[in-house]
Amino acid sequence: MPAHPQLDSQGNLKHLLTTEGLPRRLIEQVLETADQFVSIGEREVKKVPLLRGKSVFNLFFENSTRTRTTFEIAAKRLSADVINLNIGASSTSKGESLLDTIDNLAAMDADMFVVRHHSSGAPYLIAQHVKPGVAVVNAGDGRHAHPTQGLLDMYTIRHYKKDFTRLTVAIVGDVLHSRVARSQIHALTTLGVPEVRVIGPRTLLPADVERLGVKVFHDMKRGLEGADVVVMLRLQNERMNGPLLPSAQEFFKTYGLTADKLARAKPDAIVMHPGPMNRGVEIDSPIADGTQSVILPQVTFGIAVRMAVMSLLGAGGRHE
Amino acid sequence: MSNTMNVEIKNGRVVDPASGADAMQSIYVVDGRIAAVGNAPKDFNADRVIDAAGKIVCPGLVDLSARLREPGNEHKATLESEMRAAVAGGVTSLVCPPDTDPPLDEPGLVEMLKRRADALKQARVYPLGALTQGLKGQRLAEMGALTEAGCVGFFQADCPLTDTNVLWRAMQYAATHGFTIWLRPEDAHLATGGVAHDGEMATRLGLPAIPAVAETIAVQTIVTLVAETGCRVHLARISAAPSLAVIAAAKKAGLPLTCDVGIHHLLLADRDIGYFDPQYRFTPPLRDVRDRDALRQGVVSGVIDAICSDHTPVDDDEKQVPFDEATPGATGLELLLPLTLKFAAEMKLPLKNALAKITSAPAALLGIPAGTLAVGSPADLCIFDEQAFWAVTPRTLCSQGKNTPWMKRELVGKVTQTVVGGQTVFPG
Repeated sequence: MPAHPQLDSQGNLKHLLTTEGLPRRLIEQVLETADQFVSIGEREVKKVPLLRGKSVFNLFFENSTRTRTTFEIAAKRLSADVINLNIGASSTSKGESLLDTIDNLAAMDADMFVVRHHSSGAPYLIAQHVKPGVAVVNAGDGRHAHPTQGLLDMYTIRHYKKDFTRLTVAIVGDVLHSRVARSQIHALTTLGVPEVRVIGPRTLLPADVERLGVKVFHDMKRGLEGADVVVMLRLQNERMNGPLLPSAQEFFKTYGLTADKLARAKPDAIVMHPGPMNRGVEIDSPIADGTQSVILPQVTFGIAVRMAVMSLLGAGGRHE
Repeated sequence: MSNTMNVEIKNGRVVDPASGADAMQSIYVVDGRIAAVGNAPKDFNADRVIDAAGKIVCPGLVDLSARLREPGNEHKATLESEMRAAVAGGVTSLVCPPDTDPPLDEPGLVEMLKRRADALKQARVYPLGALTQGLKGQRLAEMGALTEAGCVGFFQADCPLTDTNVLWRAMQYAATHGFTIWLRPEDAHLATGGVAHDGEMATRLGLPAIPAVAETIAVQTIVTLVAETGCRVHLARISAAPSLAVIAAAKKAGLPLTCDVGIHHLLLADRDIGYFDPQYRFTPPLRDVRDRDALRQGVVSGVIDAICSDHTPVDDDEKQVPFDEATPGATGLELLLPLTLKFAAEMKLPLKNALAKITSAPAALLGIPAGTLAVGSPADLCIFDEQAFWAVTPRTLCSQGKNTPWMKRELVGKVTQTVVGGQTVFPG
């Protein structure tokens, strides 16, 4: 395989495309950098000048108000100029290719592209195409990766649990279609988590998933036994009734997080969800709002982690 | 292509997989046909001598799948460019699938393609007609008229039949008239939306997947109907290990079944996709190394009859897109020989056995007078340097399709001369 496209020849981050193969020292660098930014959100003036004069293009080929907003806030707190482009399906119907779109935007002196795309691997194509010094941040590509989400989840886990090397983490639900789950699994295994579990029916687990270094459970109660961290995944509406699952109700009954199932985990286990949540489908409302839930702190940390990623990439750009 | 010139090809190592011959000897060509191998025929005077010293002389290659992109996709390739690519690769007979635009479902289209191809006086073209009108999988194409127009079989290409009744009736009808049906076995529902093999690599990359069972189920259905109808069927582009067991059993039972594999599936696997490289997107998808190894064994054991290039020229615009949007396939006509040699070297397969898979075996299953150096056969020859290294670059490929996983890599084995009907067509 060729060198990883997200690292430069010195092993520094030049794009953030995936957590798979992302060295531990770089993950830790992001988390440590994020520490400094968490406090900024609590200040009167929430801005630092690290990306002043830089242009960040939020390039969303798939709608996501929430993720786009957190990237926008993060970039603005770093004093970057932010341009939001919701391309959706319309530009492809106009016949412009992805790389033509990128070339046009690059001609407007973009320094960084934050890309969400429905095709797995699309940010790789863009990263291999842009000129040196332009950074690409993957904000979610198909089922493949959502590395900033994975990193903010690591930040959250570290915040509450400190030591990764003693944890059991259970990821529950639709792993098959989840870029979040993949990014979490790679980050967790890299950080030395000794037991990462995935829990779900066979229809929602991808082939050979155990090769990613996880243990597979189909029985949720057994899978949650002794867990320190429970990650619930979103189940998309269109997957609730069809060949993958009979109904949302049946899914909730077997894999929805309820008090009696959560009781199998450690008493101090934290409950996470990347959002947006389907209450009553993958998670019971009292749990989502309960004392073990860290779902809202995830969002807050998400801004700091995205600031960390963007500032590291912005700094890298200056050196080249 | 007939001519009255007498040609002697001398000093070469003559390898004829059909007869098993492998010796330093001369080939004598009279009137475009092989007049003798070894000793010159009586009163033979060579008008032209080809010195093949240090080279291997074998029958011209027979490629069971080469997309020429005409009609309809001339921006990807033209008949001229791809026919040049064929002879540059030593291919003297090729089968073109019917998935053109429009599909080859009318005699007029087939006749025009044959006429245009014949006029170029390069490789011989054997079209496959569409099995169903428009390849839509509903109404049978006019197999009788298409056969008269020159079709050697009927293929559903990459549009698998969803209606098993259509498949059954097509096979009954073809069996009635002795036509051969070609099928790339794939259950359309199981393959829907998939772009990579359902295994660890697709899981890592988050690519929508096609399970191996999509192929094996289709093979089982087809085999059941072959037994029922007696229709002669050729299975194209086998990719999955479990399919081979079904095919082997069917062959052992004496069913009229043959199959081929694309050369890339013998050399590559899903893990080679790396970081979403669209050059590794194929139909069927590259499967895992266990499948690849089973396919290799299948070629050696004979369960797989032939190797083809599955030549598919694709322009840059259709490859420089995300993996799932990329047009599948690779250019192959000029790589079939060196890649087959690479496969043979890796498997320690004797040269003549490897060459049989791209000459005599595909010719035999097509029932065409090719792939042999027998006296009286058309003098279609491939002369190559087994040891010549060459770099695959956009400039070294004649094909308009520069899409290949082997780009900028070195391969061993270079065609130096291609002869069709006694005429040197490459270099031309």
